[in-house]
Amino acid sequence: MEIPYTVEPRPDTGLYNAKLGIWLFLASEVMLFGALFSSYVLLRTGNPNWVQHPMNVPMATLNTMILISSSVTVILAWAGLRMKNFAQFRKYGILTLLLSFGFMVVKGIEYNAEFELGLFPWTDNYMAVYFTMTGLHGLHVIGGIVVLGYLLGPGAKMWKTKPEQFTNRVETFGLYWHFVDLVWIFLFPSLYLL
Amino acid sequence: MDDHGHADHGHDEHHEEGFIRKYIFSVDHKVIGIQYGLTALCFLMFGFCLMILMRWQLASPGAPIPLIGGWLGDANAPGGIMLPEFYNQLGAMHGTIMVFLAVVPMIVGAFGNYVVPLQIGAPDMAFPKLNMMSYWVYFVGGIVMLASFFMPGGAANSGWTSYAPLSIIATSGQTAWLIGMIFLITSSLLGSMNIIVTIFQLRAPGMTWMRLPYFIWAQLVTSFLLVLAFPPLEAAGVMQLMDRVAGTSFFMPSGLYVSGEILEYAGGGSVLLWQHLFWFLAHPEVYVLILPAFGIVAEVIANNTRKPLWGYKALVYSGIFLGFMSFVVWAHHMFMTGMGTVISAFFQTTTMIISIPSVVILTALLISLWGGSIRFNTPMLFALAFLPMFGIGGLTGLPLGLAPTDIHLHDTYYVIGHFHYVVAPGTIFGIFAGIYYWFPKITGRRMSEALGKAHFFSSLIFINGIFFPMFLTGLAGVSRRLYDGGAQYSHAAPVMHWNSFMSYAAFGLLAAQLFFIVNFVWSIFRGKEAGDNPWDATTLDMCATTSPPMGHGNFKVIPTVHRGPYDYSAPGAEDSFLPQTAPKQEG
Amino acid sequence: MLSFLQNWLPINASEHGPYLDELTALVHWLMLVLFVGWALYFLYVLFRFRASANPRASYEGAKSHVSQYIEVGIAVFEVVLLVFFAIPAWASWVEPPADPDSALQVRVIAEQFAWNSHYAGPDGVFGATSIDLMSATNTIGLDRTDPYGVDDVVSINQLHLPVDRDITVLLTSKDVIHSFALQQMRVKQDVVPGLMIPVHFKATMVTPPEAQFPACNATKTCWEITCAQLCGLGHYRMKGFYTVHSQQDFDAWMAEQVAAVMPQPPAEAEAPAEQ
Ligand code: HEA
Ligand code: HEA
Ligand code: CUA
Ligand SMILES: [Cu+2]
Repeated sequence: MEIPYTVEPRPDTGLYNAKLGIWLFLASEVMLFGALFSSYVLLRTGNPNWVQHPMNVPMATLNTMILISSSVTVILAWAGLRMKNFAQFRKYGILTLLLSFGFMVVKGIEYNAEFELGLFPWTDNYMAVYFTMTGLHGLHVIGGIVVLGYLLGPGAKMWKTKPEQFTNRVETFGLYWHFVDLVWIFLFPSLYLL
Repeated sequence: MDDHGHADHGHDEHHEEGFIRKYIFSVDHKVIGIQYGLTALCFLMFGFCLMILMRWQLASPGAPIPLIGGWLGDANAPGGIMLPEFYNQLGAMHGTIMVFLAVVPMIVGAFGNYVVPLQIGAPDMAFPKLNMMSYWVYFVGGIVMLASFFMPGGAANSGWTSYAPLSIIATSGQTAWLIGMIFLITSSLLGSMNIIVTIFQLRAPGMTWMRLPYFIWAQLVTSFLLVLAFPPLEAAGVMQLMDRVAGTSFFMPSGLYVSGEILEYAGGGSVLLWQHLFWFLAHPEVYVLILPAFGIVAEVIANNTRKPLWGYKALVYSGIFLGFMSFVVWAHHMFMTGMGTVISAFFQTTTMIISIPSVVILTALLISLWGGSIRFNTPMLFALAFLPMFGIGGLTGLPLGLAPTDIHLHDTYYVIGHFHYVVAPGTIFGIFAGIYYWFPKITGRRMSEALGKAHFFSSLIFINGIFFPMFLTGLAGVSRRLYDGGAQYSHAAPVMHWNSFMSYAAFGLLAAQLFFIVNFVWSIFRGKEAGDNPWDATTLDMCATTSPPMGHGNFKVIPTVHRGPYDYSAPGAEDSFLPQTAPKQEG
Repeated sequence: MLSFLQNWLPINASEHGPYLDELTALVHWLMLVLFVGWALYFLYVLFRFRASANPRASYEGAKSHVSQYIEVGIAVFEVVLLVFFAIPAWASWVEPPADPDSALQVRVIAEQFAWNSHYAGPDGVFGATSIDLMSATNTIGLDRTDPYGVDDVVSINQLHLPVDRDITVLLTSKDVIHSFALQQMRVKQDVVPGLMIPVHFKATMVTPPEAQFPACNATKTCWEITCAQLCGLGHYRMKGFYTVHSQQDFDAWMAEQVAAVMPQPPAEAEAPAEQ
């Protein structure tokens, strides 16, 4: 027996299964990063000897731009599918992928520069927070790359057999991707600027 | 109401699926539920056995452990005599295993998985593959935890609470504990998201919110607690892992001096931050342990009083309220960490508030008995015993919840007594009620009533023998987590004799489980045929599907629901029960 | 109820202690009444509505509103407990003594697995301590070259306190979390590394001679410092002793200790006040 509402929304909740699923997942992610942000605030306000090392703001600004653009391209990719235009999906999907690689490369350069300055996670708690939070965010980006790579590669076969479900998958991926973007938008000011 | 005969038992005859797909990497919620159940029972037994070793030590500190003492290894028990290091490992792992590897997987993983889709009339869980993953991630987490006993320095030994900095300077078992916890958290998240989506999306036609069996409500609230409370512990786990392996100082203050040396840490961290993050999970977690048990008990009571639950709506709203409140009481575990008046007033107040919905739920269940036609079968006995036992556990939470009275009782055996009354004769009895109740549905065979009753009465007596004296030793001020049970201390001397009494009761409880194990195994093969609705119940799991339910899809046709969950002894109806699928009489 | 609970509670020898015990007794009254009430109802119902006596259940069930009155009653009782007892009691527990100058201040420094106590000595000022000076002989890292430090008194696993006088114990830890508990004083406070947490109380009874260290070891009646928080493999034996003296005896003890660290005590050492 088929599981209902995998594709079309259930009338009384107005959602298809995966969409509710991804919202719940994102709720748990909010709690995860929320806990980290609160810990950051507590550690910082609770420590009179807190040191804030100067961070590479231009690089991070660049990365912010990259991520925001990728949020746009991921919508365009999904819109392509909605308009039954697979080529557009491919184009913008690959662009998103490239942007997320770009993000990771910039991040890598930044990490490297910090290591060269002798700044490591164990240096002090500012660096600990910095590496833990950006590292965890980076893992989320990598997770996104893997999923998107799958959707563009082997997973794309589904477009032929179940186009609607495939479109839904891309939509849920898009929601996740926006969230990863959003986390960065909180990380950037709180780690680099404040 | 016999639209499902014995005619078609050939449903699991089709052999397209190999053994592995069908029984090991299965995506069928029923198989996964059974996998969860059996694994969790093994962990339950294992957690109990750890405790038996500890109880031996507590009864006779320093005496060699008989029979198996020699197998424990010289690092743990040279000459069969337990070392304090090993005692601490056993304690931490008993707590961890019982909570995260036995009870939650049993009550959410097994019962939630098996029963939820059946009770709401769904063909399966919303995400069958995630469901399978959630089991296997749990399995790996369990293996990591078990394997940690074989690491140098043994398993985690800083209590199930893993308070920093002790946990950060602890042996490598703690790292394994953290990694294992991350697996278990992931598994719980996958499982609970699945349950929520299933309940929201896959309810059968006509299954409105107020027609859901109470068990479903309990699972729903529980799953929300898991989804929202576990991630902060995951964050905390990541930070503790960083402290241990990357040398950060999230939980390390400056200037620690440990066994003759200054610790090399940057410092500046906060010790209490860990406790806040831990209890932010662990308090909701205790309601994760109890809410599904409320759900099971409610089902069994409605069924065996042959009447509707009294105050169904109050039960539902109290459950939801309990869920919300459980996020704002966590610091009642931390009254002794140097808390000011305002904060302590806040947490005392929320703690008193949260006791009210529990009282409402218990009261509603008790009043449900009034006017019933009570059948005393084994599941019902466990469900009934649950009420006063949870009552003792819950009521003894009150003096702990008031900060001034907690001063003397904090970290004593009074606390141990409090929470074991809620989790052992509480939750564990709820689990037993559930096993005896759904066993005929799952296997198609009944368990023996005689053995069941023997199991019940012996367990009831022994379990009280273990936990009641703890209140007395707690009042005397005996601390928990003492390797010698307090033999060092003068203030413990007047109550020391209880230690061996409690231990004998624990050994008795272990022996009493033989009734269950024999019954369980024997009934799988030899039990009486159960029939499709073994308890004359009204809910879909019992009335709309075969025993055991058919392989894929659960139902031949998705049932349509016409009435509330507990239409027992309805006026005018001939039978003592009207299934949820029975159409309403026009009139 | 209180006298019933006192069958198990340790004796109570502090000023705030009786109040806490009374509150404990009050809560246990509530618990007992609820439990017995419900239990009687429960047994009655199980008997009266057993299937053989009542073959057909009633669809409506109970119709009375008693349960709501009970629930409201419990809620009211809890509010009373909170507002009139628990919150004020806690406020006075964390409140520093009214006259901090006349209070005795003692530092207690916990470590795996011992309790160090540190008295300011006749000058009433604690000498400086430093982690770099810590060693097997100088367990608290006291700087004896600090002018305030010369007269300080340090002892391990022995805490001496005067009776009928406000006491403030300043708690710190060298390594992990411990919990400082004095059963007879109804005092318990976690000792958290990185924080200095004060606890205030007043003893109202001198430790009876048979309960004083070391004589008490034989009779198992010692007044002990208990460690209530898991702190490692020696947690179970992290025990200290404390003795409450009359002010006179306390002064005599203090003078003796000071004499031991300072061969020529300054004249004021004789004076009773140590601030
Ligand atoms: C299932 C688990 C569970 C449940 C339900 C509860 C329920 C409650 N708990 Fe408990 N608690 C734990 C598990 C649980 N707890 C654990 C595991 C710990 C220790 C952790 C550790 O330190 O390791 C702990 C510790 C703990 C503490 C910390 C103590 C300390 O460390 O000093 C406190 C303090 O406030 C507390 C309070 C409460 C309160 C007020 C309730 C209330 O919700 C209870 C409300 C219920 C009632 C008031 C009962 C009403 C019923 C009746 C009146 C019916 C009677 C019926 C008949 C007679 C038929 N608990
Ligand atoms: C859900 C949680 C849970 C459960 C169920 C239990 C169950 C039991 N616990 Fe435990 N316990 C904890 C959670 C739990 N505990 C925690 C969190 C701690 C604190 C740890 C710490 O300090 O950090 C603790 C600590 C703790 C202590 C204190 C140790 C100390 O402070 O030094 C003691 C002492 O007696 C104890 C005893 C027991 C006993 C005798 C049981 C018994 O009730 C067990 C009964 C078990 C059964 C009845 C199961 C029988 C199994 C089967 C029937 C399976 C059959 C199998 C098949 C068919 C395959 N526990
Ligand atoms: Cu120090 Cu326990
Ligand atoms: Cu709690």
